[in-house]
Amino acid sequence: MTTTQPRVISFSQRLSKWDVKFSPYLYISPFFILFAIVGVFPIVFTAVISFMDWDLVRGSGTFVGIDQYTWILQQPHFWTALRNTFSIFLLSTVPQLVLAIFIATMLDRNIRAKTFWRMSTLLPYVVAPVAVGLIFTVIFADKFGIVNTNLQAIGLDPIPWHSDPFWSHVAIATMVNYRWTGYNALILLAAMQAINRDYYEAATVDGAGAFRQFWSITLPSLRPTLIFVVITSTIGGLQIFDEPRVFDQFGRGGAGQQWLTISLYLYDIGWGQWNFGRAAAMAWILFLIIVAIGLINLLVTRTLLRTEGTRSPVEKSRRKRTQKAVAR
Amino acid sequence: MSIGTNPPLAIVEEGIPNARQRKRGARTIRIRGMRPSLWVYVGLGVVFVASAFPFYFSFLIGSGDASTLRDPGFFPAGNFIANALKVMSDPAVNFWAALWNSIYSSVLIAVSVVISSTLAGWAFAKLRFAGGSGLLVFVVATMAVPLQLGVVPLYILFAELGWTGQIGAIIIPALTSAFGVFWMTQYLRQAVPDELIEAARMDGASMIRTFWTVGAVAARPAAAMLFLFTFVTAWNNFFWPFIVLDRQNPTLPVALSLLQSNYFVDYSIVLAGVILATIPLLLLFVFAGRQLVSGIMAGAVKG
Repeated sequence: MTTTQPRVISFSQRLSKWDVKFSPYLYISPFFILFAIVGVFPIVFTAVISFMDWDLVRGSGTFVGIDQYTWILQQPHFWTALRNTFSIFLLSTVPQLVLAIFIATMLDRNIRAKTFWRMSTLLPYVVAPVAVGLIFTVIFADKFGIVNTNLQAIGLDPIPWHSDPFWSHVAIATMVNYRWTGYNALILLAAMQAINRDYYEAATVDGAGAFRQFWSITLPSLRPTLIFVVITSTIGGLQIFDEPRVFDQFGRGGAGQQWLTISLYLYDIGWGQWNFGRAAAMAWILFLIIVAIGLINLLVTRTLLRTEGTRSPVEKSRRKRTQKAVAR
Repeated sequence: MSIGTNPPLAIVEEGIPNARQRKRGARTIRIRGMRPSLWVYVGLGVVFVASAFPFYFSFLIGSGDASTLRDPGFFPAGNFIANALKVMSDPAVNFWAALWNSIYSSVLIAVSVVISSTLAGWAFAKLRFAGGSGLLVFVVATMAVPLQLGVVPLYILFAELGWTGQIGAIIIPALTSAFGVFWMTQYLRQAVPDELIEAARMDGASMIRTFWTVGAVAARPAAAMLFLFTFVTAWNNFFWPFIVLDRQNPTLPVALSLLQSNYFVDYSIVLAGVILATIPLLLLFVFAGRQLVSGIMAGAVKG
């Protein structure tokens, strides 16, 4: 052993310590730097702008307190848009979930050509919502649409898809259902395949039929996944823009706001009327609605799943051991 | 949700028939492993038709003209090429610019998301650092923030920079994804055994070398799926591009909406455009649909 060696080791050790200490931050920095600029900054800045009367020419605003919020809450269009959004959301989520469960149970059977059927279920997911919107706009056209043409051919009255609020919501919800049902079916299928097959064996021995097994085993086991699907479709559904935007060629939610949604209204305030203060306030109101519904969902989830989610002590000690080894 | 407790996907296995079923003969195994009845195939066939019909329908309309709109029949008329050429040459739509914009913005976005998410996911899943778990919770929480909450200041920002109308204005905000970080963290947490990292460290590998030889290699399947998802999402995105892009420089969804907003709208041309704009993603789906399916199913269990 020479005398210089300990110094070299301590140097490399020091280097290694620095490496261990700072590498994690280095790895997360690309994400967080961009995220701070285009993710966090806009959210905070939206809050600031929402309390201002924003001047587009000067590029700055004057503080007006909660005026923008009270203005929005006083607009009849806002309440129409809120009602429309919830109506479209319910008309899309409920049938979509029922259908998705039904499709998932079929896919969960021991079918031939599994991959083909799964892929065919997912096909609509890759189509742009705008494209789906345009296709269904033609299908649901009032005068020449294939649905109304066929209704008239069998002697029924055509459906006023664009003038009646309810029917316009049905048409838009159909576009949403078309794109997302298969996606949700696959999520539910994954959850179904994780269910312990012994339960079904035991139920079969006890003489439970297919329906009873579905009701007493499959559905309860799917509950966490169902809640997940409901939460994600809530977040997406309350922001709906693309499909109602292309439902007619004017994109303003119909002559009488039959299918005006919150996002369409936000676009109109911001880039139709060029009022950024009000658009920012609208964005925050939308966010608060989503948070409120998310919290309700979370409370329901908590009560339903109180026993799950604790990490096992075995895994904890294993993690500690790795961290020590990594730090060496 | 059971974050962190991921049961591996169970494979549907053929069950051992129980006593009652055995009596009824070899054809019935137990209920879940049973060969499904014809009705299941009929049901799945209906799902397939419902999935594929809108494409065929838009092809029917897209290959006709104004006179076939009301009654498109069952077979395409011969106008598709003519309609497609109209879409491609319409100066108000800028189809080729839109196609190129869509391709390169989606690829750039997907590559960047995969790189930043894999790095951050590795740090969150396998390295310990002060504030790590707090930051991860923060990232996951932001997934619930609607797009709409950022558009006003982003528009002001890009207007200030003179970037409105530029394709960069839709690329920059999408270069990272909170979902991507969450996805990679979840995957790497269970895909890489801690012992492997221990071994690499004991052999004297530096942190970056450990990431490159252990983490990046293990992350490849999840990274491929994340690439696909991000690509599809970026390609289909409409709200923000519609706000910030010029009519002369659109992406495909924006171009489609321009096709439709002409006052005397001819839907046979609009739907020919829909088919043209959807073909690239259909090709992607044919080649990578299997991966997309398994990606959704893997992500779901983690959800």
